[in-house]
Amino acid sequence: MKIPFVYNARSVFQRPASTAFTAVGIALVVAVFIGMLALANGFRAALARTGSDENALVLRRGADSELSSGIDRATANLIGSSPHVAIGADGHPLVSPEVYVLVPLVRLGDDSTSIGNVVVRGISAKAWDVRANVRVTEGQKPVSGRAEICLGEKIVGRYPNTAIGGKIRFAGRNWDVVCHFSAGGSAFESEIWGENEQFMPVFRGEAFQSISFRLKDPKAFEEAKRALESDKRVQVDVHRESTFYVQQSKLLGDILQFLAVVITSIMAIGAIFGAVNTMYAAVAGRTPEIAVLLTLGFHPRSVLASFLLESAIIAAIGGVIGCLLALPVNGFVASTTNWSSFSEIAFNFRVTPGLLLAGMIFAVLMGVLGGFFPARRASRLPVVQALR
Amino acid sequence: MKFLPLVLANLGRHKRRTILTITSVALALFLFASLQTVVTTIASASKFGSARRLVATNATGIVFTLPIAYANRLQAVKGVEGVTWANWFGGRYGDGRRFFATFAIEPKSYLDLYPEMVVPAEQKEAFIRERTGALVGKRLMEVFGWKLGQNVTLQGTIFPGDWTFTIRGVYTPTNPAIGDDAFMFHHDYMEERLNRPGIAGWYILRIERPDAAPTIAKTIDDQFRNSPYPTKTGTEQAFNASFATMWGNVSLLMGTIGMAVVFAILLVTANAMMMGARERTREVAVLKTIGFGDRTLFGMVMLEAGVIAITGAVLGLGGAKLLYKSTHFNGGGFLPGFDVAPSTLALGSAVTLVLMLASGLVPAVRAARLPVVSALRQVG
Repeated sequence: MKIPFVYNARSVFQRPASTAFTAVGIALVVAVFIGMLALANGFRAALARTGSDENALVLRRGADSELSSGIDRATANLIGSSPHVAIGADGHPLVSPEVYVLVPLVRLGDDSTSIGNVVVRGISAKAWDVRANVRVTEGQKPVSGRAEICLGEKIVGRYPNTAIGGKIRFAGRNWDVVCHFSAGGSAFESEIWGENEQFMPVFRGEAFQSISFRLKDPKAFEEAKRALESDKRVQVDVHRESTFYVQQSKLLGDILQFLAVVITSIMAIGAIFGAVNTMYAAVAGRTPEIAVLLTLGFHPRSVLASFLLESAIIAAIGGVIGCLLALPVNGFVASTTNWSSFSEIAFNFRVTPGLLLAGMIFAVLMGVLGGFFPARRASRLPVVQALR
Repeated sequence: MKFLPLVLANLGRHKRRTILTITSVALALFLFASLQTVVTTIASASKFGSARRLVATNATGIVFTLPIAYANRLQAVKGVEGVTWANWFGGRYGDGRRFFATFAIEPKSYLDLYPEMVVPAEQKEAFIRERTGALVGKRLMEVFGWKLGQNVTLQGTIFPGDWTFTIRGVYTPTNPAIGDDAFMFHHDYMEERLNRPGIAGWYILRIERPDAAPTIAKTIDDQFRNSPYPTKTGTEQAFNASFATMWGNVSLLMGTIGMAVVFAILLVTANAMMMGARERTREVAVLKTIGFGDRTLFGMVMLEAGVIAITGAVLGLGGAKLLYKSTHFNGGGFLPGFDVAPSTLALGSAVTLVLMLASGLVPAVRAARLPVVSALRQVG
C-alpha cells in the first residue's frame, strides 16, 4: 500500500529552514542552468534565423566568411542572370550583391574605448525582397544615390545617434539614419544597411563580398550549386544561406553550450549534496515515525517511494523558484563578438517553455538523486531498534 | 586552538556529511576561481602594452589595410625610433578546427620591436634569412606536433590557395598576454605571391619617450587625415583595451554566474552546519554542564564551520590554480595567459571567510545561548 501523499507534503514543511535552504540552492542551480542555455539558445537562434532555406549565398571560392570574400562585378552579373535565380513580381531577378565590412563604433555609455565592430552591409534594392524576414519598422527605406542608412533594431539605443534623423559617422563621412528594421530576431538586426553602390567607393572599391539570391526552386539548391561552382567563368562557393549562418554560429554556440553544461553540472553536484544532507537529516529526525509506518505494515518499498517523493517535492519547489528567477532574463540583450566573423552580434536571452520544462526535470532529477540513499536507509530501518 | 581535536572529532561523527559539504565548497570555489579568471584574463589583456609602442590602424576600421608606403613616412616622424608592420592572414591548418592567429610580419623589425618574444639567436637568423620561413609559437608547435625545419601548408581564407612554409623558429613569450600560439611568416613573401598589392594591416611604432605618445599619435593622424587612407594611432595598451571590449557582456555574465554559484553553495553549507548543530543540542548542554563557557562553545562551532570552509577553499582554489597552471589552459587560444590571479585567490579567501561566518554564526549563537536544563530534557 502506498503512503498518502499528504504525509510527505506536510513533512516537507516540518523543518522549514532546512527545506528552504535546499530548495533555494536547487533554485539557483536551475536558474543558472536556464539562464545559460537561454543565452546559448538566443545566440544560436539569432544566427539560425539569419539565413533562409530559400536563399543561396555566394562567396569567393575558399572564403570562410563574408568578410574574407570578394566578388567582382562581372561575376555578380553572371550570377544575377543565372536561371536558378527567382524572378520578382516586377520581372527583375531577386538578387542582392552585397558589400560587407566592419566599422568600429563607440558604444553608448561612459567608456569611450568600448567599441563594437558593427557590420555595415551594402545591399541592392532587391535585398528587402530576397530577405523575407526583414521589415522596416520605422521610417522610409534609403533612397538610391543618397548617403542614407537603415539600422537594425539591436543597433538602436546601444550606439549614439541611432534615432531617425540622426547622423552616424564612419568611413570618413556622415550617414543619415532614415529607417529602422527588424529581422525576426536574427543577426541582421545587429547590422547597418545602406546602398551597395554608396558603400563601394568609400570602403574597398569595386568589389562585392557576397551575393544573396532567392532560389527559383528551393529544392533544387544542389543543382544550382553545381551549376554555379562548375562555371569556369567564376570562382565561387555557393552555400545555402541557412546552413552558412548556422556554421558561423557553431564555434561560439558550442562554447556557450559547453560552459552551460560544465558550470551547471558542477553546481548540480553541490545542490545534490544539499538534498542528500537535508534528506538524511529528515530520515534521522523521523526514525521513530518511520518505524511506526513499517510496523503498521507499509512495505519498505512504499517507505522508499515516499521519501523519494518528499525529496522530489522539495526539488520541485526549488525548480519553480528557479524558473521564476530565470524568467526575467528573457529578452535581455547581450552582445559579444562572434569570432567566426569578427563582428559584434547582439542577441536576446531566449527562455522557452521547453527550457523551463528542462529546468524542472533537472530539478526533480537532482531531488531524486539526492533523496535516494537517505530514502533507502529509511526503508531498511530495523524496526525494533528504531522504535526504541 | 586546544579544542581543535574535539572539533575534528565532531566533524568525523558524520563523515559522509562532512565530506559532501567540503566537496561542495571545493567545487563552488573552483568554479568561482575559473569564472573569475576569465574576467581577469580579459582585463589583463586589455592592460597589456608597452608604453613605448604605438599602433596605427586604418581609421575606417581594423579590417581595412594601409599602404605599405606609409612605413617610410612613419619612420620619418620625429620621436619615432622603429617601425614594423603586420597583416592578418587568416590561415587554416588541416580541418581548420583549431583556430590560431596567422600574421604576415616584417621579420627583422617585428622581432626588434617585440623583445617579449624570445627566439634563440640561430633560429631567429634562420627565420629572417629564409623567405618562406615561419616563426611559430611554442604551444602551437605542441598542438600540431610540428618539428623545427618541417614544411607546413596552410590554406588561406582571405588570400586563397595553399601556402607552404618551413618552420625556422619557435618563439616563447615572456609576457602571457602575448599568445604563444601564433603563426608568423614573411610579409614580403605574401606581397610577392599576391603580385604586390602593397598593403599592411597595421603599423607598430617604437617611440623614444613614452610621454611623447599623444603628440606623436596626433602628428601621424594629422599627416594622413586627408589621404584616401587616414590612420588612427594610439598606444598599444589603448589598442588592446578596445580589443578587449569586443567581448561585450561576457565579463559581466561570468561575474554574475560566479556569484550565483557561491551563493548556492553558501546555502548548502549553512544548511549542513545547522543540521549538525541541531543534532548535538544535548551534547552541547552536557558540555555546558561540565563547565564549558558560552564563548568557548561559540568558538568551537565557528571553528567547525571554519575547518569545512577552509579545507574546501584550499582544495577548490588550489585545485583551480594547479589545474590551469599544469595544463596550460588558454581557452583554445582565445584567452592567452589564463592563470588564476593572486587577486582572485584573495577574493576567493574573502568568500571563504563570509562562508564560514554565514554558515557558522546561527548555530554558534544558538549553542552559546542554549538553556541547559530545557535542552537536556529535550527528546531526540
